[in-house]
Amino acid sequence: MRTVFKYYKSYIPLIVGILAFLFGQAMCELALPGYMSDIINNGIVKGDMDYIWKIGMIMILVSCGSVVCSIVSSYLSARTAAGSARKIRGALFDKVTDFSAAELSEFSTASLITRSTNDVQMVQQTTVMTLRLACFAPIMGIGAVIKALRTSVSLSWTVGVALAVIVVIMLMSFFLVLPKFKVLQEKLDRINLIMKERLTGLLVIRAFTTEKTEERRFDDANEELKKINMFVNRAMSFMMPALMFVMNGVSILIIWAGAHLVDSQSLMIGDMLAYLQYAMHVIMSFLYITMMFIMLPRAAVSMQRIGKVLDVEPRIEDPAEPKTLQQPKGEICFDHVSFAYPDADEKTLDDISFTAKPGQTTAIIGSTGSGKSTVLNLIPRFYDVTEGAVKMDGVDIRDITQEELRERIGYVPQKGVLFSGTIASNLQYGKEDATCDEMIEAAETAQAMEFIKTKEHGLDEEVAQGGTNVSGGQKQRLSIARALVKKANVYLFDDSFSALDFKTDQALRKALKEKVGDSTIIIVAQRINTVLDADQIVVMDEGHMAGIGTHEELMKSCEVYKEIALSQLSEEELERGRK
Amino acid sequence: MADSNMGKRPAGSGFNGTRKKGGRGHGPGGKMMPGEKAKDFKGTMKKLMGYLAPHKFALIAVFIFAIASTVFNIISPTILGNATDKVVEGLMSGTGIDFTGLFHILMVLLGMYGLCLLFGALQGWIMADVSQTVIYELRDAMSKKLDRLPLKYFDRQTHGEIQSRMVNDIETVNQTLSLSLTQMITSFTTIIGILIMMLRISVIMTVTALVVLPLSMLVIKLVVSRSQGHFKNQQKYLGYVNGHVEEMYTGHDIVKAFNREKESREVFDAYNDKLCESGWKSQFLSGIMMPVTMLIGNLAYVAVCLLGGYLAINGKVSIGDIQAFIQYVRSFNQPISQVANVANQLQSTAAAAERVFELLEEEEEVDLEKTPVCQIAPEEVRGKVAFDHVSFGYDADETVINDFSFTAEPGQRVAIVGPTGAGKTTIVKLLMRFYELNGGCIRVDDHDIRDFSRADLRQMFGMVLQDTWLNSGTIRENIRYGRRDATDEEVEAAAKAAHIDHFIRTQPKGYDMEINEEANNISQGQKQLLTIARALLADTPIMILDEATSSVDTRTEALIQKAMATLMQGRTSFIIAHRLSTIKDADHILVMNHGDIIEQGTHESLLAQNGFYTNLYNSQFAE
Repeated sequence: MRTVFKYYKSYIPLIVGILAFLFGQAMCELALPGYMSDIINNGIVKGDMDYIWKIGMIMILVSCGSVVCSIVSSYLSARTAAGSARKIRGALFDKVTDFSAAELSEFSTASLITRSTNDVQMVQQTTVMTLRLACFAPIMGIGAVIKALRTSVSLSWTVGVALAVIVVIMLMSFFLVLPKFKVLQEKLDRINLIMKERLTGLLVIRAFTTEKTEERRFDDANEELKKINMFVNRAMSFMMPALMFVMNGVSILIIWAGAHLVDSQSLMIGDMLAYLQYAMHVIMSFLYITMMFIMLPRAAVSMQRIGKVLDVEPRIEDPAEPKTLQQPKGEICFDHVSFAYPDADEKTLDDISFTAKPGQTTAIIGSTGSGKSTVLNLIPRFYDVTEGAVKMDGVDIRDITQEELRERIGYVPQKGVLFSGTIASNLQYGKEDATCDEMIEAAETAQAMEFIKTKEHGLDEEVAQGGTNVSGGQKQRLSIARALVKKANVYLFDDSFSALDFKTDQALRKALKEKVGDSTIIIVAQRINTVLDADQIVVMDEGHMAGIGTHEELMKSCEVYKEIALSQLSEEELERGRK
Repeated sequence: MADSNMGKRPAGSGFNGTRKKGGRGHGPGGKMMPGEKAKDFKGTMKKLMGYLAPHKFALIAVFIFAIASTVFNIISPTILGNATDKVVEGLMSGTGIDFTGLFHILMVLLGMYGLCLLFGALQGWIMADVSQTVIYELRDAMSKKLDRLPLKYFDRQTHGEIQSRMVNDIETVNQTLSLSLTQMITSFTTIIGILIMMLRISVIMTVTALVVLPLSMLVIKLVVSRSQGHFKNQQKYLGYVNGHVEEMYTGHDIVKAFNREKESREVFDAYNDKLCESGWKSQFLSGIMMPVTMLIGNLAYVAVCLLGGYLAINGKVSIGDIQAFIQYVRSFNQPISQVANVANQLQSTAAAAERVFELLEEEEEVDLEKTPVCQIAPEEVRGKVAFDHVSFGYDADETVINDFSFTAEPGQRVAIVGPTGAGKTTIVKLLMRFYELNGGCIRVDDHDIRDFSRADLRQMFGMVLQDTWLNSGTIRENIRYGRRDATDEEVEAAAKAAHIDHFIRTQPKGYDMEINEEANNISQGQKQLLTIARALLADTPIMILDEATSSVDTRTEALIQKAMATLMQGRTSFIIAHRLSTIKDADHILVMNHGDIIEQGTHESLLAQNGFYTNLYNSQFAE
């Protein structure tokens, strides 16, 4: 929370200004009933028309003053809220951009998105509300109490009674109705969930002809939702009239008690009417303050969620005095590398050593959870090793800047992530000033040109956010092309061929060999076909290296490899495959 | 009447506000955004009325109660004024206040407030029942409709859109039914009632007070038209900021790997600055609307005080009248802005309701009501499947399957192969009559599948799809999905046959372990095995299998293959195959490309043809 408040610091003068103007506004508004009372007491009762005019003009001036104050404070609070929200949003975005994969997975991407968008929005709204309402209501309330007491002390019990009744109503709703809102949300979520399941499982449901069961499941949830909705609505339909009744009741009380005071000459008639209005101000202020108590906790949660992100220090930082790579070639060397995820008990990788040389293809294979993707993620420093070192051209990658390291690497993720824009803008992500020819060459190598050609606008075809308008296989090929445009020394493919059919997979690997044959290529794969012809294959099994060598060597020496190979292809096919 | 000078009360009053969260509203000032409009306002409203019709007596009661409570509400200031007059009278005449008379008036007043409370609460109570029942029925109708829509419909609509109709749109209608409807009644009654009461007190004062009204309308209109642009911009840039955040966070590793942090920050800052600017402007403009209209209201207040004072001195009106009149003037603004609000709300409700009715009126599957010509018990089906000159297209003008004929004898294994996106699942979908053919027919045991009821037909097929759909529920429930009346023993036997029994037993709660919402507490491979167990339990004469290409570890993979083999035993089976071992064991192979069956035959005969299949087969290994 404190981290977030920091961003309001530069707005303190504005906030002081807001308070001052709110105070002015409250004073003006509280003055009005007094003048009205004067008109009645000294004007109407005494029949003095000039006096009425004079006070009338003052009242207009006071009204104008109140409005001016209100507009100024409105302006200041709008600036404060939007400005501080901008700062918080910016700080969050900067922070998350600096995060490494470790911090990112700690929060989960989805949660970070909500924190940077909805939570900030929530804080901004609450800031406005707080500045204009939470600050105003107490000023107004206290002012009205003072005015009321000044007008008549002996009537103050009436307001006390009203507030007491309101507190009871509020408490009742706090304990009876408010928890139900939570339940209501849960039921609504349940309806949503069932709906989602029915839509995604449409085929299965129809195939098993369980439509009726699903309808019943939905009906149950629907019935429950109806019940809780009814309860909440009924309670609410009682709340509003009840509050009105209390306010009206208090005016009856004031008139009755006031009349006695007027009768005994201790209160003027105008003052009684003014008192009526002060009483209403007190009650309304009180209601607003209670409402703020409902709103503020929600905003506080948002603030805490934001604060948690801002408080994190990214683990991966550039060295103070970075070395530079002289004539980079792209040799990657794992030197007794071990790695454990933060807070994990067990090591994900244990004592991994191998060297991937330029001009060679190194494949990493293993079952799910064996740690093969983790090996790859250590190279661009998405994570840092726990023990040992990863070296590029003999230099520990932690000794050079992240920018220089990544400049050398062409990375292709498992899921083809594209950005909104055009196909060309996505390819240029690899190299900002890539020419059309360069892009076409890369796309051809990645076997992407074939489908790019079929698009109406070719390279300039729009790509929607999240790349929803291109298929999985196309996304993969485009993200391969994006990496190729970069012309890097090291290419990392994280199971990047999985969505391609065998034919395309094969053609792509052939083209790769021709075009970027001098670079270091490291491929993580599931399919045995993909790795068959690699210069060396690293076999991973539960975080250990189970073997390293060529296909033939491993077939002889490595049980784990043999098992994987035979599960996918028959012996005969494996034989054939090599020929 | 609640009389507040605070002027910050959001329209519709604070307490309802908590209920309005979510939905389409976006923060403060959301009400100022122009709502979307329905294409056919009248027609939609008529249909909505159709749903309300069965509740007409309840609705009439709501009307009466709402009007009654409003009328009492309107009369009460006058009576309160009378009470004040009693006090003033006593004061002026010097005879002392007539407390018995005053007490009498105040008791009447208390009674009226009481009735007001009673009617108000009753009205809300009944309306809550009516609106929730109607909403329940609407949801129910949509739920039932969902199962009657052809698959074609779901190809056209995204899940998100359908879901939005079922949740957001219904919620909008709900808001209107439970709030706006009665609000409209009370607002109209209040406006008319107040006018009458004010005119009764003094015509000239009424005219003075009303002159102000158009003035405040004009100001509101001016401010709204000014702020609208900023609001739109705010929404726009909020969208940009959110979009950029989402993209950059999900593509975080890409941004890093390509050293684009700086660029990404620059884009963000630009959006963020614009958002901030449009944000404070729209906030400010909507913020000043209240004080400005309040100023106008106060001017009216002062004018009424002055004029009232003048008239009072001349004895034309009493002090109590002035007091009542001021209350009327104060309470006049709210119902007017409410009516304006309700009009907007009605528009967006109509738009939402229209989308709901659109879904409800979608064309349903053909022959849904037709009595089936033919009935065979699943255990008597032999499993002969014949495609007879079948042609089909997802769109009428684009045929994807042309004149396809083929017969699978009982117990045969048919493999469907082809590159990604060749339309292999289309065949399967036609078999189970998810889509209607354009020409030709499909026969099971020599009966046209259209002669069966859909339920009977589908009960002949078991299905294991790559997309392993599981319910959030226990493992046992999920397996039992195959056959609802299966005993626990049968469920466990099926699990054993699918080689998943051991895994299940090692889980925390065994067969009663809950699969969570995202179904990510069990692995992909295990999910696959569960769906196989589900299909085994269903024990259907014909099987449809989709081999997984997705990442499953080696050991599970072996289990899946074994389980699938069990599944196919003695059944006619169609396999969308990715593995050569499966393909070679098949009795018949259908080779598909670009949605068409281009070759068919056995593995050997296809290789002999030296065509597309040979090419496909060799591509896996050729160097």
